[in-house]
Amino acid sequence: MMSGSVITVAMPKGRIFGDACRLLRDAGFSLPVTFETTRKLILDLDTAPFRFILAKPVDVPTYVEYGAADIGIAGKDVLLESGRDVYEMVDLGISRCHMAVAGLPGHRSKNPYLKIATKYPNIASDFYRRRGEQIDLIALNGSIELAPIVGLADAIVDIVSTGTTLRENGLVEFDRLMDISSRLIVNPVSYRLKKPVIDEIVEKMIRATEGTKVGMD
Amino acid sequence: MTQPFMFERPLGLRDTLPEAQRSIARLKSIFRQELQRWGYDFIKTPALEYAETIGRASAIEDSQLFKFLDAEGHPVVLRPDMTTPIARIAASSLRKQPLPLRLAYTAALYRSQRKEGGHPSEFEQAGAELIGDGTPYADVEVISLMITLLEKTGLRSIRLAVGHVGFVNAFFYDIVKDKETVKQLRNLLYNKNDVGFHEYVASLRLSNHSADRLNTFIDSRRMDNEKTLDFLKDLTSGSSIPVHSYYHHIVELIQLLKIDHLEGNIDLDITLMPHLSYYTGFVFQGFGGGLGFPVASGGRYDDLLAQFHRPCPATGFGIRLDRLMSAAGADPVEQRKKAIIYDRENAGKAMQFAAREREKGQAVVLQHADGIDDIEAFSQQFETIKRFLKSEETETE
Repeated sequence: MMSGSVITVAMPKGRIFGDACRLLRDAGFSLPVTFETTRKLILDLDTAPFRFILAKPVDVPTYVEYGAADIGIAGKDVLLESGRDVYEMVDLGISRCHMAVAGLPGHRSKNPYLKIATKYPNIASDFYRRRGEQIDLIALNGSIELAPIVGLADAIVDIVSTGTTLRENGLVEFDRLMDISSRLIVNPVSYRLKKPVIDEIVEKMIRATEGTKVGMD
Repeated sequence: MTQPFMFERPLGLRDTLPEAQRSIARLKSIFRQELQRWGYDFIKTPALEYAETIGRASAIEDSQLFKFLDAEGHPVVLRPDMTTPIARIAASSLRKQPLPLRLAYTAALYRSQRKEGGHPSEFEQAGAELIGDGTPYADVEVISLMITLLEKTGLRSIRLAVGHVGFVNAFFYDIVKDKETVKQLRNLLYNKNDVGFHEYVASLRLSNHSADRLNTFIDSRRMDNEKTLDFLKDLTSGSSIPVHSYYHHIVELIQLLKIDHLEGNIDLDITLMPHLSYYTGFVFQGFGGGLGFPVASGGRYDDLLAQFHRPCPATGFGIRLDRLMSAAGADPVEQRKKAIIYDRENAGKAMQFAAREREKGQAVVLQHADGIDDIEAFSQQFETIKRFLKSEETETE
């Protein structure tokens, strides 16, 4: 919790992790070389009062909202889907991709309402509500591309980075919903109680994002 | 429909067991004493209010209201906040009372939550409202009172973020000249979405100068109080009269807080935007201890009483007791109870002894020996046990 002046940073494991580590190093954090390979879930820095916790990306906003972590790095997709009460302070510009609707080319739905499979039910229903279309949502947890191929759904709402997965499975993009990248998020109370330290981190991350290298000990 | 289990409670509601209830009672008595010392009078309002009046004026999202029909078929809500009912009273039953009014309360509030733990649907709040005084002195009084109450509970590292909704609205309107755009910008502030704010500003096709003013406005959160004030001065040069007068309110408030020696607790953050839409002027949130959520919030709501046909300025705050308990950490309130175990022969002696002890202020459990199932387990709950039994009369620690 928020004891002392240690700053706890929630890091997303998996796809974003490498990008996030590179950016933190650019911002001047001397992360240990074993950082990317360790199986530990908690890592304390020797050089500065920072503790890193390695969480599943969708859980990062949760750790930050409840104050178990002071700051975190989370994808905009996850932030939109979870709607957590946290400061979204910096667009880190890493792990860029976009949210899209995709399906089989030329597919015509036989369903009274479009069946949409997705890991992002809130984002998907919000998108179709704005369009005034009623849909049936099917919540899946992974390999979303399967759904239209096996006839589980008419289309999917998912993130697309290079489009390779879509192409290899014979799917095409119908609509582009929004651009996605990773964000620096901050717990509102940590921000008040540890303002000077967090402001410094934010400034350093902004500069690192702009490509300027600065040092931090 | 599946049947609920016997021990289940409706979604979002919870029981308060003796230990927690003692902590809450301690907080309440601290608050009651201190609020009375500041000359605030306590009032109580009903848990049910009409949806058409309080439900609408309270500005709580419809999805968060517990709404149903009363016996006459009127839509009613479980009160989602206390400020609105107090405004109703100030404008009706207390209409003849001279202003300013100083009113206080502790009450349970109800907001339906879909989220998980830490967001109960029923929670207790203590608060104060200062009605009829539009000066910054009233704002300082409620801020000072709120900090004092939090300090009295022993909460550590108390911080208060202070903003000004009126300033923000006027400043935004000055630049974008469109109410809907102001609302969008305000929403982004409320959602704490700085990234989205910058993106939205970029999409507005403003002049470089205007876009710059909006972008630096939000970056001012990262400045200390002195810098923020200097920054606001620069930012508002050439602004309209309302922006200037709000700016002077802010300067005045910070100076008054300095006189009151409270400036050290204050973080002037002009980007602070609370969820309740009735706020018109200064707004603030209180933080402290080790909790991820604000423990208290408040602000000025100069237009709310007009909705009840007694237009007058007002300001106030509420402290969430459930959050304060978590933030202040475990604070077991020791309750030293004495047990008296007696039998038929010694009933009179035991009862008189118990009465004498209670008179002295000692908590006493008077228990007939035959009513105890497991003497070992029973005894463990007490510091002292006195036996009034036929064969023995002893006291054990």
